[in-house]
Amino acid sequence: MRTRIAYIASNTFREAVRDRVLYNLIAFALLLSGAAILVGQISIEIEKLVVINLGLTAVSLFGVVIAIFIGIGLVSKEIEKRTLYTVLSRPVRRWEFIVGKFFGLAGTLVVNTFFMAIGVFAALFYVSHKFVRADALILVALYFIILEFLIICSLTLLFSSFSSPLLSAVFAFSLFVIGSFAEDLRNFAGMATGVSRWLATGVAYLVPNLSAFNVITSVAHEQPVARQLILHNTLYAVFYATMALSGAVLIFERRDLK
Amino acid sequence: MKQRQKTTIVASACLMVSLAASSFALHRVDQLRPQGTLDEVLFLSSPKVIKRASLGYDGLMACIYWTRAVQYFGYRHHYYATSYNLLAPLLEITTHLDPHLVVAYEFGTSFLAPKPPHGAGQPERAVELMEYGIQNNPDNWRLYYDLGFVYYMELRDYKKAAETFERGSHVPNAHPFLKILAAQMAQHAGEYETARMLWTATLQTTQDELIKQNAVEHLRALRVDEDVQHLQEAVTRFGERTGRLPASMSELVAAEGLAGTPADPDGHPYKLTPEGRVEVRVPDDFPFATKGLPLGYKPAPKFHALP
Repeated sequence: MRTRIAYIASNTFREAVRDRVLYNLIAFALLLSGAAILVGQISIEIEKLVVINLGLTAVSLFGVVIAIFIGIGLVSKEIEKRTLYTVLSRPVRRWEFIVGKFFGLAGTLVVNTFFMAIGVFAALFYVSHKFVRADALILVALYFIILEFLIICSLTLLFSSFSSPLLSAVFAFSLFVIGSFAEDLRNFAGMATGVSRWLATGVAYLVPNLSAFNVITSVAHEQPVARQLILHNTLYAVFYATMALSGAVLIFERRDLK
Repeated sequence: MKQRQKTTIVASACLMVSLAASSFALHRVDQLRPQGTLDEVLFLSSPKVIKRASLGYDGLMACIYWTRAVQYFGYRHHYYATSYNLLAPLLEITTHLDPHLVVAYEFGTSFLAPKPPHGAGQPERAVELMEYGIQNNPDNWRLYYDLGFVYYMELRDYKKAAETFERGSHVPNAHPFLKILAAQMAQHAGEYETARMLWTATLQTTQDELIKQNAVEHLRALRVDEDVQHLQEAVTRFGERTGRLPASMSELVAAEGLAGTPADPDGHPYKLTPEGRVEVRVPDDFPFATKGLPLGYKPAPKFHALP
């Protein structure tokens, strides 16, 4: 079982690389090096802040775009090209296919993030000429971004398992935006009464709370991140991704592929 | 030549020619369009809306708005503008997006508070900005120092200045001179020595070259103001004694028993006008001086002045 999932995951990764997904690294490198050189000339005392904010924001946004645009085609493309039938005619279960695709996409994003992280630290060294202990906090922000990717990947796979690529992209992007407002939704639930309170609370817990993973601004100001937050964010991301993947498996298992 | 090579050459030539032509056309469009209408527009003015629209990436958005504020101020300051309508909103958006962006409070205040053309002439907005900064960064003693500075230099509210320095002196790790400044304010507010002390403290505690340069310019201007005041008093004394104005600076020097011909910080001797006014020889060298400037003096515009 593990071998089959690993095989599907590695194929998904290779396919993403063949689709020139990692070319986004060039755009990222240009963006970051340009910012590192230019900002010092057009602004005051924010070179380091810009490198951290811009670097981590770009890592997050590039990753989310990749997760959505690759994730939406992972199932539908296989059906369209009829390669899915070849895969499923072998001793591969449908759930293994979904889980393999998830790990392949997540792996692609982790590799992408790794190279981007090198870029962020290189740009940081360029503007600061040294590293300080607080710069290690950037690793925490990067870890949270990867956790965010796990959630987005699982959601795109969920939508991809029953919908067309276009609709999947719309659903996934909408949830990304709603997830960024999740705390406002919870505040709204707190202010509401009666049925709307229950409804708003339910929706607030159903949509992903992506704002909890965004510590970019506080990390840029060298503010420490609580260990409890790291632990609970990890648990939340794992449980949420598992929930969405389970949904994808349930739908895909029942899908008529004829 | 193969057909493919021909196509490549023609397409490349078309690309280059059309790129040059479009750039030229755009240049013409830029000349035809009034630039002022584009400069003074802030499409989104609500900090809350912008914070929501940033989807959580508010740190980057704050850096963008801070850079915009710096560019806006720098551009208008360069052209000796007299109004800075967008500066306060830009700074408010910046600090609402990232309340811990201390640099925006420090520099923002020095952009907002001084009178035009050195600043926007909005010391009350500077105080609001700094109070918001203190509310969000209560352990940063520099913010109290900068706020006290605005009360002292721009609003001449010495009581508030003393209170602010006193508040700042209670912050953990506050610089000891805050306590001294608070005491100095209470006893010697409005004196040159107090102002000199403030600028010297600024010079000694900042790492930023722009702030250092600004402090040096103010210290030079303070010396000019003080020299001119003393010399002007000497002219008055001379007039009271002799019933006429001194004919020259050397006559004044001899009558007052001064050590030598008094000179400004650049070494240029002060001049005495036939009307008995003491003036600096190169007023453009002392942009912050308030005394010793020729009557009707206005700094020479670098290009054309903006409204």
